[in-house]
Amino acid sequence: MHDVVLPELGEGISKATVSFWYFKNGDAVKEGEDLVELATDKATFNLPCPKAGILSKINFNEGDSVKVGDILAVIDNSNN
Amino acid sequence: MNFEAYDLGLIDFGAARKKQLEVFVEVKNRRISSALIFCRHYPVITLGRRTDIRNILASEKELIDKKISVLRVERGGDATYHGPGQLTVYPIFNLNFLKKDIHWFLRQLESALIKSLSGLGISAVCLPGLTGVWVNKEKIASIGIAVRNWVTFHGFSLNVEESDTRNFRLIRPCGMDIKMTSIEAALGKKIEFDALRSSLKKEVALCMT
Repeated sequence: MHDVVLPELGEGISKATVSFWYFKNGDAVKEGEDLVELATDKATFNLPCPKAGILSKINFNEGDSVKVGDILAVIDNSNN
Repeated sequence: MNFEAYDLGLIDFGAARKKQLEVFVEVKNRRISSALIFCRHYPVITLGRRTDIRNILASEKELIDKKISVLRVERGGDATYHGPGQLTVYPIFNLNFLKKDIHWFLRQLESALIKSLSGLGISAVCLPGLTGVWVNKEKIASIGIAVRNWVTFHGFSLNVEESDTRNFRLIRPCGMDIKMTSIEAALGKKIEFDALRSSLKKEVALCMT
């Protein structure tokens, strides 16, 4: 299992809002593919899949506020 | 730093977005290091990811009569207006080679705008917590960006001609009750877009180091 964590985005940015997920629970994902779009006040940015596998758990819904360090999702990479 | 500069002139928002994405791919794939795309748009309202639809104040009929379309876009921020009296600039930069800090990039764009305006004799400032550039508490430049794999696109619009700022009354710009101003209003005269492009090119280069 591999946690997808919201990384540091720069000084003064401690949280963001989930715009939308590119995939749903159970989907196969490839490393580097866009996984989720997030937004701060004046910027949107993507978080790519850190590993290939099955997206086994999405912890935050669209519109939710997330903090740096939060586990946004879990990828099951046990078959890779 | 060095970057490619493009001047698309007066161009439809959708066509400029297509060019932006082409250049974005070039920068992402490291075929060019970075780029600044300059253009002016036909009247259009764009809605960023944060937009509350109630921030469009004009009726559908008014927008149709004025031939102003409304587009949802992938940048951050709320509603804004673009018109031919603005200079719109799309900086396509690879932050992997600069600084992986989204707010740093926003602050550098503000700084480049403030220095360019200062060169024209306009005293402009940032206001804490309110991204953009302001003159006497009126907004002269609006910023909203998108970042993918640390490569930036979208950017900022600088109000040059006063006539265009009237169309901001069709929306609540950036979701706020604010007044917009322009270079023409601040100086009491019109200026050439060419001089402004050269100045911004220089100041952005100095700020992105």
